[in-house]
Amino acid sequence: MSDAKPQALRAEALESLLIEKGLLTSELVDEVVHRYSERVGPMNGARLVARAWLEPEFKKSLLEDATAVVADYNFEGGEVQKLVVVENTPEIHNAVVCTLCSCYPWGVLGLPPKWYKDPAYRARIVSEPREVLTEMGVELDDDIEIRVWDSSAEVRYMVLPMPPQDIEGKSLKELETRVTRDSMIGVQRV
Amino acid sequence: MAMELEGKATPPMANGEIVFEAPWQTRAFGMARALCEQGLYSWDEFRGHLIAEIEKYDAQPDGRGYEYFDHFLSALIQLLAEKQVCRSDELSERTTVFDERPHGHDH
Repeated sequence: MSDAKPQALRAEALESLLIEKGLLTSELVDEVVHRYSERVGPMNGARLVARAWLEPEFKKSLLEDATAVVADYNFEGGEVQKLVVVENTPEIHNAVVCTLCSCYPWGVLGLPPKWYKDPAYRARIVSEPREVLTEMGVELDDDIEIRVWDSSAEVRYMVLPMPPQDIEGKSLKELETRVTRDSMIGVQRV
Repeated sequence: MAMELEGKATPPMANGEIVFEAPWQTRAFGMARALCEQGLYSWDEFRGHLIAEIEKYDAQPDGRGYEYFDHFLSALIQLLAEKQVCRSDELSERTTVFDERPHGHDH
């Protein structure tokens, strides 16, 4: 852990200078922070996943052109210029990473968790995905193929997890609450 | 205010850990996005600087452990210096001034 105080001071000094220069106001920063904390998050991705589980036509559209589907939803958060949704099946398990930094589909998943940005995850999910997934609680049989998708500025990925066993009779709203953020990154099962 | 993005009651938000670990990280993120939304730079431009900072660390870890937002803040400062929006000496000076405030006002 670095000594956070100099960073806190530097951030505060930077904000005060930018305000003096007329480039920012505290209220503007507050507004951005509020927006990302309240309205941008994995609940948006969960809506897509739950609907895809219930509606085959919707699922088809989502897998064919997620960018277009997401545009219709008008989620806030940007960072979803091109979104590709990859489907987990009994034969294939998908997981998402950004090997260079922290690219992540904010509009559907919110901001990335700390471990997603960690050098260990960024490197190891590529070099030894099966081990990493096991450590994260997803044990996969040897005959299941693992595909790891590297998000970038151009394309961001989201996983469509497999539906829960007890999907029968569940409503859209109920299912939305079952979808976890980590399942849409591909490091958890629903 | 430590912002807990996953601290909401909505279950999809409830799993996982917090995104920001300190208020300054929240502010740094807010500033970087706000300036981008004001049109000062594109997010790709910022991302280029972020990648460069992270690569420096990946190539030669400094032994302090990886702190994503340290690199995030450095990338922002670097970009703003290049844009001639905020010089590094200006920032150092202001940081020193803040550091020397009487105790109890250094929040």
